[in-house]
Amino acid sequence: MMTTETLASSAVTGSRIEAGPRGAKPKTLTIARVGVYVFLILAALFFLMPLWVMVVTSLKAMPEIQLRNIFQWPQQITFEPWLKAWDTACTGRDCNGLKPGFLNSVKITVVGTAISIVIAALNGYALSFWKYKGANVLFGLLVFGAFVPYQVVIYPLIIGMREIGLFGTFPGIIIIHTIFGMPILTLLFRNFFAALPPELFKAARVDGAGFWQIFFQIMVPMAVPITIVAVILQVTGIWNDFLFGTVFAGRENMPMTVQLNNIVNTTTGVREYNVHMAATILTAAVPLAVYFISGKWFVRGIAAGAVKG
Amino acid sequence: MTQHSVSIRDLSLNFGNVKVLEHLDLDIAQGEFIVLLGPSGCGKSTLLNCIAGLLDVSDGQIFIGGKNVTWEEPKDRGIGMVFQSYALYPQMTVERNLSFGLRVAGMKKDEIERRVSRAAEILQIQPLLQRKPVELSGGQRQRVAIGRALVRDVDVFLFDEPLSNLDAKLRSDLRVEIKRLHQRLKNTMIYVTHDQIEALTLADRIAVMKNGVIQQLSDPHTIYNKPVNLYVAGFIGSPQMNMLHGTLNGDTFTAEDGTVIPVGTYEFTTPAAAGTKAVLGVRPEHIVLGDDVKRMPFTQEIEIEIVEPMGSDTLAWTKIAGKAVTFRVDSDVHLAVGQKLVVGFDPARGSIFNSETTNRL
Repeated sequence: MMTTETLASSAVTGSRIEAGPRGAKPKTLTIARVGVYVFLILAALFFLMPLWVMVVTSLKAMPEIQLRNIFQWPQQITFEPWLKAWDTACTGRDCNGLKPGFLNSVKITVVGTAISIVIAALNGYALSFWKYKGANVLFGLLVFGAFVPYQVVIYPLIIGMREIGLFGTFPGIIIIHTIFGMPILTLLFRNFFAALPPELFKAARVDGAGFWQIFFQIMVPMAVPITIVAVILQVTGIWNDFLFGTVFAGRENMPMTVQLNNIVNTTTGVREYNVHMAATILTAAVPLAVYFISGKWFVRGIAAGAVKG
Repeated sequence: MTQHSVSIRDLSLNFGNVKVLEHLDLDIAQGEFIVLLGPSGCGKSTLLNCIAGLLDVSDGQIFIGGKNVTWEEPKDRGIGMVFQSYALYPQMTVERNLSFGLRVAGMKKDEIERRVSRAAEILQIQPLLQRKPVELSGGQRQRVAIGRALVRDVDVFLFDEPLSNLDAKLRSDLRVEIKRLHQRLKNTMIYVTHDQIEALTLADRIAVMKNGVIQQLSDPHTIYNKPVNLYVAGFIGSPQMNMLHGTLNGDTFTAEDGTVIPVGTYEFTTPAAAGTKAVLGVRPEHIVLGDDVKRMPFTQEIEIEIVEPMGSDTLAWTKIAGKAVTFRVDSDVHLAVGQKLVVGFDPARGSIFNSETTNRL
């Protein structure tokens, strides 16, 4: 019975279709949409302009720069300014270029990022799962710490660091970066762990795992996405830092940003704009590369932190 | 004194000023299947977490296997636990999920292997051992979660609403499997649920809880047929027990609209004074029609208002003694809206409660 009915109805279908809209709605390009694209392209060009100026300037020799056509592609491309910025540019009395600063920045960034993330992950884990007395107060204080302007605490920190003999040393600058990274990183990890089902933790406890076993065997492997976010935040944050580097790092550990500033602000002789531009691009290259390489992971990690593991 | 598998003595738990559990006593025999039943927020999961050692109690003692474990860590209590959300470790394979606890305890490899393969065989999850939890269906995940409790080779199993995340069909399948598992292992099982069907089908004894207090602890038949108070009577049974309010005078119950119902056949547990305000409860399936009506102490002509065919049987809505009442008939009985017929029931199969104390009379 059913089959005959279906057959009959499908036979009629052809004639039942009327003129007019049918199926998926066609996509049309409206004037409003074109306007939006034009605006977006112009905005993108506008924001790319400084980078363009920097790149072309860094590839020009000084006489060409003095012609003042700052947007023009160089008539004669030279890599001399890049070499000079890296190798021989003078920061004060030393003329070794950005090289030593680069190595210092790498050291500070790698060690600082690693230590602050390990501590923050532990903090977040303990705050989410081992509900000890005062945990919420401590968390509140930590979050509050994120809103304290750095400048307010710098002087007391200088005194403190001097008293324990770490002022102007490598451990000193690492401790400073760890302290200032802690509020935001702890917040990140705590919220990630708090979004995990609490039963996971309970199951692990019934299984007999302790504080460290649960942390390393269960929580750390799950926290990969949020760790990537933390790494990106810390790497760019520490690399771009100028204030703490100037104040706490000391002469031997001076990071690249501080050195860049010294090169650009050296007042003797001609202002070598091409060298300055090359030095700036070199300094900015690392965080830029981190963003390009990890952009996808960053978005994924943020989404994982916001929704669930 | 007989050896109890789990014994809870004068247990209290407060969160600040909120009393979640109050002076709770519960003795569970070896191999018994106990279901803690109640609405959400009644403290049943909290009690289970206290037994597991995941929550510190405020007062009282917990004994498992004759040992006072009140201050013991969860792992030292000889329990295995299954959670509603499965709580499988997502980055580990099924096999490593099962063996995690054993590896943490530093057990020998061949012993771990032996236990895992035994659990996998019992639960029929051998083909899944190398998969990750995300690759499993809900039913398979819950089976693995049960397996994780199984490998621990413990005396007491704790289930925290294990079937609530599954769809209806899987739920009834796994329900049978849990029952089968209990018959095979003969472990003590404590099972928390808000689903009365699970409670009635699985339990040796059900503890109906409300506001952190056990209302009634009894076998499913007694819980269903002789509820100790109005709360238990109303909570168990779907559709709900029909409640008629009125006054009790010796062998007669006078409903609010004046209908007199003879209750001489009812076995009172406590004698009630004349003029006691009372509630007469009758289950929908205890209201009969047709030839059976003649044998009933109380009969009345009623008019059918709503008919709900459920497949296996049919529910009808009407009014008895001025109150909305449902009754259940065989699905072959044809009922029409507006139809008039005579129905009756025997108060002996019903329950009478004191209106003020809400306790059974």
